[in-house]
Amino acid sequence: MADDNRGNRPLSPHLTIYRPQLTSVTSIFARITGVALLGAAFLVVWWFLAAATGPEYFATVNGLMTSMFGDLVMFAALWAVCYHFLSGLRHLYWDTGRGLEVDVAEKMAMGVIVGSGVLTILIALIV
Amino acid sequence: MAFLTDRKRAEYRGSSRTGTEHLWGQTISAVGLAVLIPLFVLTFGGALGGTYEEVLAYYQRPFPAIVAAMTITVSMIHFRHGIQVVIEDYTRGLQKKFLIILCTCIAYAIAATGLFALARIAL
Repeated sequence: MADDNRGNRPLSPHLTIYRPQLTSVTSIFARITGVALLGAAFLVVWWFLAAATGPEYFATVNGLMTSMFGDLVMFAALWAVCYHFLSGLRHLYWDTGRGLEVDVAEKMAMGVIVGSGVLTILIALIV
Repeated sequence: MAFLTDRKRAEYRGSSRTGTEHLWGQTISAVGLAVLIPLFVLTFGGALGGTYEEVLAYYQRPFPAIVAAMTITVSMIHFRHGIQVVIEDYTRGLQKKFLIILCTCIAYAIAATGLFALARIAL
């Protein structure tokens, strides 16, 4: 009756067992971008702290963030935030019990992939 | 434990024992970020690349400063709960507890540092 296997159950997900699908890959990327965005948050807060500290320190950090490499990192962070944003909206929609059919879910997955790319380039051009 | 039936143990709470509270918390911060993130990306993107004086003057204005403060706070709360699920999926036991505590500390440390910096710029 009672579950004797408490605390020692197999861990999920078993990525190596399943064939990658559009829906699973977009879900995995939502997780990866979410974790990676901690790095972006760290950089942004570092930049604010530098601005609060003084002109010399700001010049160092700001120089790093607006350098060629910094631009690249910021562009990647922008894509990650766009992706996680759209993917999150998709999850909020799913939470209402809608859009869970396979064909609809796959259309939304394509929407997230294409949408995040378009949004990233659009924002990068504006700001 | 032996005196509790399986049904009694599971009722309303699911396997996580906290029911849907965690998901609901993530939903609240997700909706908040759905509003805050576009505002922050546009204001921060505009400020980045400016000179020291321009950046200070910009973040002394209430709107960009409040948007930045809210985005940092809510996103770190969202991160703390999101990373908890990731850790719970891949680790267990003492390692799981240690990593959750560590990531929670990191999230709040980043939030506190961001708020301190914004306050110092604004005041």
